[in-house]
Order: sequence, then structure tokens, then C-alpha cells
Amino acid sequence: MSSDLTPRSDGSPEATGAHGVVSGSGVNDRLARPDYAGPGALPLAAVDHTPRRSDLYPKAARRVERQITLMFLLSMLMAVLFIVGYVAIDVGTEIYIPVLGGVGFQNLVLGVTFGLGVFLIGAGAIQWAKKLMPDVEVVQDRHPLPSTPTEDAKAAEQYQRGKEESGFAAYRIMRRTLIGALALFPIPLVVLVRDMWTNDDPALAGQSPAEILSSTAWTGGLRIVTDGTFQPLRPADIPVGGLVSALPENIEEIQKEAHNLNERGKSAIILVRMDPEDIRAQQGEGWDYQGILAYSKICTHVGCPIALYEHRTHHLLCPCHQSTFDLADAGNVIFGPAARSMPQLPIGVDEEGFLVAASDFNQPVGPSFWERG
Amino acid sequence: MSITEKVGAGTADFADQRLGSNKWLGKNLKKVFPDHWSFMLGEIALYSFMVVLITGVFLTLFYKPSLVEVVYEGSYVPLKGVMMTEAYASTLDISFEVRGGLLIRQMHHWSALIFVAAISVHLFRVFFTGAFRKPRELNWVIGVGLLVLALGAGFSGYSLPDDLLSGTGLQIARGIAQSIPIIGTWAAFLLFDGEFPGVDFMSRLYMVHILLIPGLIIGLVTVHLMMVWYQKHTQFPGQGRTNSNVVGYPLLPVYMAKAGGFFFIVFGIITMLSGLVNINPVWIFGPYTPDQVTAGTQPDWYIGWLDGALRVMPNWETVAFGFTLSWNILIPAVIVPGLIFTAMALYPFLESWVSGDKREHHLLDRPRNAPVRTGIGVMSIVFYGLLWIGGGNDLMATTFNLSINAITWFLRITLFLLPPLAFIITKRICLALQRKDRDKLLHGYESGRILRLPHGEFIEVHQPLNNKEKAILMAKLDSEQEPLALPAKTDANGVKNKGYRVESLRARLSHFYFADTIAPPTREEIEAGQAHVAHEAELEAPLHEYEEEAYVQVPFHGGVLHREGAPMTNAEALEDSRRTD
Amino acid sequence: MGLVLLLLALGVVGGVYGVATTAPSSADTALVGDQTQIEEGRRLYLEGCSSCHGLNAEGGSAGPTLIGVGAAAVHFQVATGRMPLAAPGAQAPVKDAIYTSEETLQMAAYIASLAPGPAIPTAEQIDYTDADIAEGGVLFRINCAQCHQAAGQGGALTQGKYAPSLMSATPQEIYEAMLTGPQNMPIFADTTLPTPDKQAIIAYVVDLQQAPSPGGLSLGRLGPVVEGLFLWTAVFAALIGAAVWIGMRAR
Repeated sequence: MSSDLTPRSDGSPEATGAHGVVSGSGVNDRLARPDYAGPGALPLAAVDHTPRRSDLYPKAARRVERQITLMFLLSMLMAVLFIVGYVAIDVGTEIYIPVLGGVGFQNLVLGVTFGLGVFLIGAGAIQWAKKLMPDVEVVQDRHPLPSTPTEDAKAAEQYQRGKEESGFAAYRIMRRTLIGALALFPIPLVVLVRDMWTNDDPALAGQSPAEILSSTAWTGGLRIVTDGTFQPLRPADIPVGGLVSALPENIEEIQKEAHNLNERGKSAIILVRMDPEDIRAQQGEGWDYQGILAYSKICTHVGCPIALYEHRTHHLLCPCHQSTFDLADAGNVIFGPAARSMPQLPIGVDEEGFLVAASDFNQPVGPSFWERG
Repeated sequence: MSITEKVGAGTADFADQRLGSNKWLGKNLKKVFPDHWSFMLGEIALYSFMVVLITGVFLTLFYKPSLVEVVYEGSYVPLKGVMMTEAYASTLDISFEVRGGLLIRQMHHWSALIFVAAISVHLFRVFFTGAFRKPRELNWVIGVGLLVLALGAGFSGYSLPDDLLSGTGLQIARGIAQSIPIIGTWAAFLLFDGEFPGVDFMSRLYMVHILLIPGLIIGLVTVHLMMVWYQKHTQFPGQGRTNSNVVGYPLLPVYMAKAGGFFFIVFGIITMLSGLVNINPVWIFGPYTPDQVTAGTQPDWYIGWLDGALRVMPNWETVAFGFTLSWNILIPAVIVPGLIFTAMALYPFLESWVSGDKREHHLLDRPRNAPVRTGIGVMSIVFYGLLWIGGGNDLMATTFNLSINAITWFLRITLFLLPPLAFIITKRICLALQRKDRDKLLHGYESGRILRLPHGEFIEVHQPLNNKEKAILMAKLDSEQEPLALPAKTDANGVKNKGYRVESLRARLSHFYFADTIAPPTREEIEAGQAHVAHEAELEAPLHEYEEEAYVQVPFHGGVLHREGAPMTNAEALEDSRRTD
Repeated sequence: MGLVLLLLALGVVGGVYGVATTAPSSADTALVGDQTQIEEGRRLYLEGCSSCHGLNAEGGSAGPTLIGVGAAAVHFQVATGRMPLAAPGAQAPVKDAIYTSEETLQMAAYIASLAPGPAIPTAEQIDYTDADIAEGGVLFRINCAQCHQAAGQGGALTQGKYAPSLMSATPQEIYEAMLTGPQNMPIFADTTLPTPDKQAIIAYVVDLQQAPSPGGLSLGRLGPVVEGLFLWTAVFAALIGAAVWIGMRAR
């Protein structure tokens, strides 16, 4: 900053006129008026105007007329072709067009005919305006926006009269209680939204949202089944380097009873297997089973499912915001915006040798929330 | 009178008897609208919104906002027999069973994308030309509100098909809601009727998308347009254009034809686009289930910056006294957007406070004449653009063979380095352009013609500006602002100035905004310059004497080959143009 | 008489030889694990692979152990040209294979001889003609889409690695990849993802490769990012171009 800030006796720029309209900037005396009172001072008549070809040559005007007529005729044709396309083409037909590839035939025809038909109406109208309607610019004065002093006075006077007649200022207690009533009137509307959610699931009776979020359907002894095929798993089924998306055994029952997919979004897990020597840390002693680890499939950042497992690096990557977890190191976050490690599910095997959960997670799965602690 | 004229006159009379409409028509049919292409960007937004509404009504005839699971029995083979929600199944039916359904669905989606993009481009135009200044501040605030509503409409809309891609977006939205301190879990549960995804949410989202938001948008757009109509549109400075007039074309017939025609053009482009280019192929993503995800998970482009903000944010979270504060979600998804939209909405008031300018402005600024404002605008666009790139960082990684980790770190750093740099560069460019304009005003523009004078000196001839060009350059006069003076700490009697700190902040900001400027030339300077140009023209004059001579034949007329019967000299061409046969 | 016997013997030997060496017309699904193959494979291995994978395939700092990876892994890596790597790194991009089909099978036989591992899938195993595409889609979205993207266009992994596009993968490659978990891809063994499931996935991927784009130009099926780019370039060029045309003075 090279220039000094020196206080001056006058502060603000020239005051505006009573109606707020000032021509030019009126700021500096170094700009002498009226030699250039702003570019607008030049009268419009002096504005250079070159006539158009369609103004000079009637032949050119007729040619433009023909062109515009043709556009409108073509537009009408397009409307007809649209109907033909709608009726004659089967909705599932495919067609190969160079550049576009294999595409739906009817969609192509309907879109192009309808689109071109509408476009040509517009193009014709614009050509008409540009080439045939007068192109001489017209001036219109702006009306001053603020009201005149008389109108201001009248408004003030009416307001005063009305205020006195209402007695709003005079009746103090009435005024205050009116304001109080108005202030409280929206409350019923706000209260009514409370039942946007009621806890009507008997299994979750009395639980707050935070409590509901803190537990899943997993319990000790519940078998783990593959997602998609719902088959139970034996440890030998999963090779080192393997990845299985899994769910609790009773997921289909739960979904049918609840009529929703909520439990899926909480109890989905992934099973990975690594060499037990590669496991540097876990969230609990002996929570793995011979190198098979079970982790939640819901990212702790904002809740996307996460199953991008790199089996050599043991990293788990979320596609949404690239949070990365190290499953060989207790699911700790090694990159990205997630703040908490991936919850681990302790597992074991039951008497028949199938993989089961040893208990529920020891922390809420999914994104953080205030009461999480 | 023809039949149309009779009917027209009859209708006008019918209406006038009941509404007094002829008074209004007489005044307004000749209303003048300035004609510049950049004034049509708001129209693109309006027309694409109309297409959104029309196509949306069609879609509501077939779409079912229900999360009840059904088995798909339609004609799309790769999903036959698959369990999916009715919302998804009805979207597939629109795409594959209803004739023209896919076209309308694509038109709806493309025009929604265009709507938000057009609002943004319109916003840039209004911002960079200073059209938000008094008396149009309220219209600007409404505009920012419309932008936010458009984002909401888009997000709720593309989540309705309940496909894997958009459902993941809803899951993220719910995670964000959940992270809000104190009320987060309750907010999420109230919104979604319990846990995610629940059963009721789609019908609630549907209501928001087809009733609440469109209603608000239609209401606000109406007020927005009424204000433009009443206050009259702004115009660029130029010949005959002052702060108290409007120069352009009358509503009937020219403006109606152009604006109406543009509606059809936008409609037509959207429709052709929807017939030729696929958008949002929900059948590829499959039905939504909360335990599946696809790689390359992005929201639609206008939410991409928020996704990018979430991606580049470091993983800060505070856990204390049994409570969790997720800065990693609150900052990028709640605080930063809140600040940005608030700052955007309040900007006109900030600028007028800083400038102390209480005049009405109906003439636009050329962006170069307001370097700090332009710099702030470019800085914001760069910031936004970097976040946008962040939203697509995995696609950048696969396309350009980069590492997503490297891209994320790169963005974390450039997000703070590049915007200030962009501001500085933009401001310097604006000032340089101002300098060039000043030179042009003084000396005319360099014609590229080199003249060798009899005594051997070489000069470049300067061409004087024509009136139109001079008018545009002199726009600088209207954009001039003096920075506010520093307040006095105490007044003449030694009484301390209570508002000193605020006033001095104001003066410093004013200085920052307006002190750096290239002053337009004074009258003396311009006269001297014009004399110089006239002198050069005198020197060159002898060369031009030959132009009117009949025998100088110029075979090329500016690159157009000579045609039989066409004039060959300038004199003949002039004759030709004066003929009126 | 001797001549007739000789001719007969030649004919028999020739016929048997002709039958025994009839290779299947499409995929290399046959693996003859005889000793010549194994020795030939070992020779090729020592020549081209041992510098990274060790003289006895025990692995080293530059490459993992190949003991137990099975013939399928070798075939996958070598036939797609991923191996030998052009440069050391975690990502092995597809390039032109430098070994012939026969040499590949020989190396596969050698590695298979070291320890049991997944075998090269048979023609039956990769026959997906009876598989349900929709079922394959469900399994694809559960197991594959998170890395390879819902349309099989590929996706980013950490530190510059990526899951490649599946648009030019053959059924055999797909099967082998699921079976052997190449590079950082997890292993989807036949125990957790049985052959019929793998066939369904292959059927779905093949369908993806051939599927038309019902709404028009597909823009790569990469999702909203490319659609947004197209919007801000081509579409806006058209719209603003129209606005400029409208505002221009007519000649």
C-alpha cells in the first residue's frame, strides 16, 4: 500500500440527489465536465447504425422470409415424425450409430424429432426478430425509484394516523400479551413434527436414537453367512488373502419382520484372512480365528459401505471419501477423513465348525454421533 | 379486420372491462429491454426450470415413492427377478416400458443440471458486473436463496430412483445429519423415521422434491422477475446509455420474439441432448442396499464441491466428557457451506458498507474497473473449482495415473495457496487492462500501420476511437470510487470517537477495495492526446487520397473473392449500398 | 510283410499322436503335467521370473512367493501380459504377452508342481451360457463393484494402484482372477464363491461389455463427474453460443 490514508474533513462521496439518480460519477474535479459527462451523454441519434442487408435489399429480405418459413415447416414435419417414431418403433429396439455406439432407437428418434421441432420454432422466431423486425435501438427513461417527498409525507401521515387509531402504542399490556401469543403460536407446529419418528419396534422399546445406533443384531453364537448366497462358512473355506462380504444368519428373518433394510446397514461385515504373523494388532485379544478377521462393513466417516480390500497391503479403502484403514493393525485409520478405526467383530467357531460371532461389537458401528463418547 | 384481429381485440376488451388491462398494456408493451447475450443467462435458468417442471409432471404419473420391496418383472434382462424397491422398479419402468419415458426422464435430469449451472453462470455475470448493487440487493439475496433451493431440489430429485449411487449419497447425508452436535441422532431419526434407510423416507423426500421446494422456487422466481421488471434491467455503459435510461428493444415485438424464441431453443437443445446423450443410467448401478457400494461414487456435479470438501478434510474429531464432536464432518459439510452462502448473500451489503456508496446503479461495471471485486470472484471460483476436483479425485487418479493420496494432499495445500494467488493475479490483470484502456482513450488504438516520415522517422499510426469504443472505455468514469477517509480518533473537542474501531476497519477495507486504480485521463490529457492523433492522421492523409480513385482495382475485398458484377472499388460499393431497388 | 507292419505302426503312432495332441480350439484349458512340460517350465521360469520371484519360487523383496499360487495364477498373469513386469511396482498393467500359449502352460505346470494351488479352469467351469445374468449382477454388486465400479470401468485403489476396467476381460481371465486374487485383488475361492456363482458373474460382465446404452452416447458410464464435464463443455457451449447468436447484431 503506497498511498497514505489521511483524514479529510469531508468523508463520503457527493450526496445523491433527492431521487437518487445522478448522471456520471460526480466524484473528482480532475475530470472536467461537460466534455465527457459520461458516455451516455451522446444522443442516441448520433449512435452509429448500419442498416442490415434485409433492410437494404428486398431480395435479401425475401430470402430470410423463405428461410424462416422453411424452419417452421420443418418443425411441423418433426412433430409428425415424432408420432411416427412413437408408434412405429418398439420401445426396446437398439440401433448402432457411429460415434454414439449402440443406443436405444426410439429414444434417439423421439429426442431428435421433438428437440429439432421445438428448436426450429425458436430459431425461426429469433431470425425473424433479428433480420426482419426493426433493429433500431429505443430509449426509455427510468422512473425514479424512491417516492417523492409528498408521497413519503403522505405515507408517514397515514401510518401515524393508523398507529394512533389502533392504540397499539397506548395499550401496553394488550400489546405485550399479543406479542407473547404470536410468539407461542408456532409452537404447536413445531411440536407436531415430533412424531416423524416414534419408536414402535417392540424389540427396541424405550431406546433413544443413540442407544439404537449403539447395538446391532450380532450376538454370541450367531452364525456368519455369505451375502448373496446366505451360506454358513467354515474357516477352511476362506483362503489367506480372501475377502467375504457377510451378514448374520438371521438377516432375512429380521428384514421380513421389520420390512426394511435397516439391520443390513448396521450388521454388514467383511471377513478377511491373513497370515496370523501378519496381524500386528487387534481390537481385542483373540478376536480373530486362525487369521480370519471380521470387521464392520460400514465406514466410520459418514457411513458408506466399505469393502475395497487390498489383500497384500491389508488396507481397506472407502470409495466415498478415501478413508483408509489398516486391518492388520486393529483397523486403525491411516489416511483420509475418517477419525475412528473400523470396529472389529470378535469371532470363533461353533460345535459344528462354522464361523460365528463371539459377541456384538464393543462400540457403535458407522458414523460418529454426539453421544458416542 | 381479419378474424385474428377481431378475436384479439375482443379478448383485450373483455379483459379491460374487468381488469383495466389496457392501461397496463399501453405502458408495458413498449417496455425496453437491453440486448446483451450475458443478460440471457438468467433466462437459461428460467427456461430450464420450466422444462424441469413440465417433464417432472410427466414423471409423477409413473413414479412410485415407496421403499416396499418388489420383484422386478420388466423388460431389462440384467435385473430380471431381482428384489428392489418400488421406487427403483418404477424408475426402470419409466426408462424401459413407458414409450418416451426414458426421453422425459433424461430431459428432466439434463435440465436440472442445466438449471443449476445456468444459475451459477448468471450469478457470475451479476457479480462481476456489479449488478447486485443498490437497488438490486434484495434480488441478489433471493437469487442466492434460489441457488440453495435448486441444490436441494437436485439432490432430492436424483435420490428418488433409489439406485445404488444416489442411495449412497443419502446415506452420507444421514451421516452428516447424525454428526450435528447435541441434536444429531434425533435429527437423523426424525428425518428418516428411524434408522437408515427405513421405509418412509422416500415418500418424505418425494414431498420435498415435488411440493415444498418447487413451491418455494416458483414463489421466489416470481418475486425475482417482478423486481427485474419493475426496477428495469441494468445495462452496459455505451453510447446513449445513462444511469437514468434504458436503451434496447421494446417488449413487443422484438424482445418477446427473442426471449420467447430462446425458450424454444433451450427446450429444443435439452430435448435433442436427451435423445443423443445418456445420463444417469440407474439400471447399471442396481437397486440400493445399505451394505453395497460402487467405486467412483460421486454426487451430481453441483454437490461435487461438498463431496470434495469431505474428501480433503483431515480427520479431526474431539472426544471429551463422553461426547464426540466430528470436526471432520461439521467443517466441510455444515460450517464451510454455511459461511459461503451467508457471505454470498450478504456481499452486496458488505460492498456498499465498504464503499459508502449510496447511489443507485443501473449501469454495469466492466469487471476490469472493479479489480478487487473481480479478484474476490475469481478467488472464490478457484476455491470452488479445487473442491470440485477433490470430489472426483478417484476418477482423476485412474484417468491420469496418479495416486489418490497424492491428489488429496495436493488439494489440501493448494486450497489455501491458489485462491490468494488467483486474487493477486486477477487484480494485476484488471489494473493492466485499465492502463491499456487509459492509453487507448488518450492515443487511440495502435493500427499496426507503420509510417515512414520524410525525414526518416518511423511512427506507428494510431487510429482514433469511434464513438462506440470511446463510450465503452469511458465507462471507467462511472465505476470510479474514492476510498473512504480514515475517521478521526477524537473530534474537535477531544471527545473520543466511540465507533473508531469499526470505522477505521471500514476505511481500511475501503482503501483495500478502491485505492489501487488507474485514474481516467483528465480533459487536458485527452485533448493533448487527440491533437497528437490528429497530427498523425494528417501525416498519413496523403496516402488515403488514392482510395477513392476509380482506377485503383483491388481484387480482394477483405478475403472474399471477387464476383461477377460486384463492385470493385470503394466508391462503387458505396454507390451500391445507397441504391434502394 | 515287414513294410506293411511298419506302415501300420507308423499309422497307429501317428493317429494316436494326432488325437493325443488335439488342443481345444478356444481357451488353454488343458494342462498336461508331464515331466517335459515341468522341466521346460522351470527353464523358462529361471530365465524370466527368478530374478524377482527367487530361484525356487520362494519369493524375495521384489516379488512374492509363487509356491501354492497354482497354475491358474501363472496363466492369468502371463497370458494377459501382466507378468513379467515392465517396471517394479504394486500395479501390473495389462500389456502384450511375451510368452506363447505353450510356454505359459509349461511355466504353469512347473509352478503347479511345487505345491497344490488353483488349477486352470476347465472349459466347463467357464461356460457361462446357462448362467443367470441377473443373479450375476447381484453377486457382482456385492463382491466386485466396490473396486471395479458398477459398470466394470475400474476404480482407484490407494497409492496410485487401481482395479482395472473389465471391458476387455475374457471369461477365462475373469475366472482366474477371482480364483487367484492377482496383485491386491482378494481371493474369491470356489469355497465361498462356487463355480455356478462365478459363471453368473462372468455372464454379467460379458453382458456389460456388450450392452448398448439405451439413452444415447454413454459418456463412459463413469457417472456424474463425466456428465458434469460434458455439461460444462459441450452443452454450455451450445447454450451460450445460442445466447451470443441472439444478442449479435444482424448483418
